[in-house]
Amino acid sequence: MSDVVMAEIRKDYLYHLVLKGERADGRVFDEYRDIDVETGPIRKADGSARVRLGKTQVMVGVKIQPGEPFSDTPNKGVIITNAELVPLASPNFEPGPPNEFGIELARVVDRGVRESGAIDLEALCITPGEKVWIVFIDVHILDDCGNLMDASSLGAIAALMTAKVPAAQYNLGEDYPLPVKDVPVATTAVEFGGATIFDPDTDEESVADTKLTVITTADGSVCGMQKSGPGFISQDHIYRIVDIACERAREIREKFLEV
Amino acid sequence: MIGMEDKVSFFKDGLRLDGRRPDELRPIKMEVGVLARADGSCYMEMGDNRVIAAVYGPREVHPRHLQEATRAIVRYRYNMASFSVEERKRPGPDRRSYEVSKVSREALEPVILTSYFPKSVVDIFVEVLQADAGTRTAGINAASVALADAGIPMKSLISSCAAGKVDGEIVLDPMKIEDNLGEADVPIAMTPGGDITLLQMDGRLTPEEFRRALELAKTGCQQIYEIQRKVLIDRYSSISGSECSDEASALAEEEI
Repeated sequence: MSDVVMAEIRKDYLYHLVLKGERADGRVFDEYRDIDVETGPIRKADGSARVRLGKTQVMVGVKIQPGEPFSDTPNKGVIITNAELVPLASPNFEPGPPNEFGIELARVVDRGVRESGAIDLEALCITPGEKVWIVFIDVHILDDCGNLMDASSLGAIAALMTAKVPAAQYNLGEDYPLPVKDVPVATTAVEFGGATIFDPDTDEESVADTKLTVITTADGSVCGMQKSGPGFISQDHIYRIVDIACERAREIREKFLEV
Repeated sequence: MIGMEDKVSFFKDGLRLDGRRPDELRPIKMEVGVLARADGSCYMEMGDNRVIAAVYGPREVHPRHLQEATRAIVRYRYNMASFSVEERKRPGPDRRSYEVSKVSREALEPVILTSYFPKSVVDIFVEVLQADAGTRTAGINAASVALADAGIPMKSLISSCAAGKVDGEIVLDPMKIEDNLGEADVPIAMTPGGDITLLQMDGRLTPEEFRRALELAKTGCQQIYEIQRKVLIDRYSSISGSECSDEASALAEEEI
């Protein structure tokens, strides 16, 4: 019950702020927290990145190993994305198999990488129908202070862009950089009190009924979207979020991924 | 979605492979109250999709720790039969079904008046018997009607439909081959008033194409809404007053 009461009080507070055009941490509605991307912190991984988005911290490791292709795509490499919401990252996370939030997070990160065509899967074929490179993208949440979607997606592409295919280790020639053709960036907004707020922190996420993640490519196309949360969203707001998402994603791409 | 293996032409004389116009839905059939044990149920065919939805509740929550003091919780289980697809699917939930279940629940929850039933649960079960692209939208359409059939108080029905892009053209309600080899897929769900409760997208669209896809999917939802409304009214106007539950008749009247 106390959780319910606390949630109501917090909701009231954030609603009041939003009506005055303010947020608890002083940001404007479409402003991101400070971002820091560090690539290659994990030497044992074939590619890695640690992303800080405000106080949110995410580590993404990429491992690339030879394996069998899917029967319907015999000459293409394989992408497998996982997300672990480990209990170290939040009092709300519990050990055990991934819950629906973890699954959704992994699938949205995967959608960005896959649908943008960021990885040249055909270049990852070793022997058609027999052996291809399998790219494992593992998202490890370290500190959940909100907006895991954007932090994880950013970590994934940053790790992929610096990843090497470890060919020498498997006697398949020399190591070479993973061929990356596009740079998808996810941008998330939540809605409450009639306002649209980008890069939500955990409090803002907890009071919002609707969240929309828009993933855009380097040429300004949309390659993935996910509405989540038990709420409504109007068509106008969707269009506005898409427009702002394109802009924010471009800034993030230029500043942190040097594209 | 990206990278076509074989070059298939999706249009012949301006019509699609199954003879539809780009802005046309597949044939739809809906039937209300098809299951005896469930509190509400609905069977739906949408092209080659065959889905059945059942609603149980409001009822006691098990396990108890899931119950909420101020409202009913909503659970949604989307499940594909192993024989529903070309190659046998391993029975039981996979990651895709978990995600579909989550977004489908979130598509319906906004219209369910959960505050009327604290500490209880509304369970929605959707079984996909045959799949041909668009099963999540068919499931939501059927579930929405099943909720009404169960007499669950709702703000409105929810209608759901996808738009896609094939051969550079935006099309309504893509079928399997268009979904597999097409360039994008945008499933949505909305209220009759136009508030959107489900929105997903994969593939590649310019922001302008996305707007057109969303507009087109909206027209699909509006047509499906009329069908949902009609099957409910037909069902409940043919039953004598005493058999007809209060909520359901209230809904039917309101809609007329």
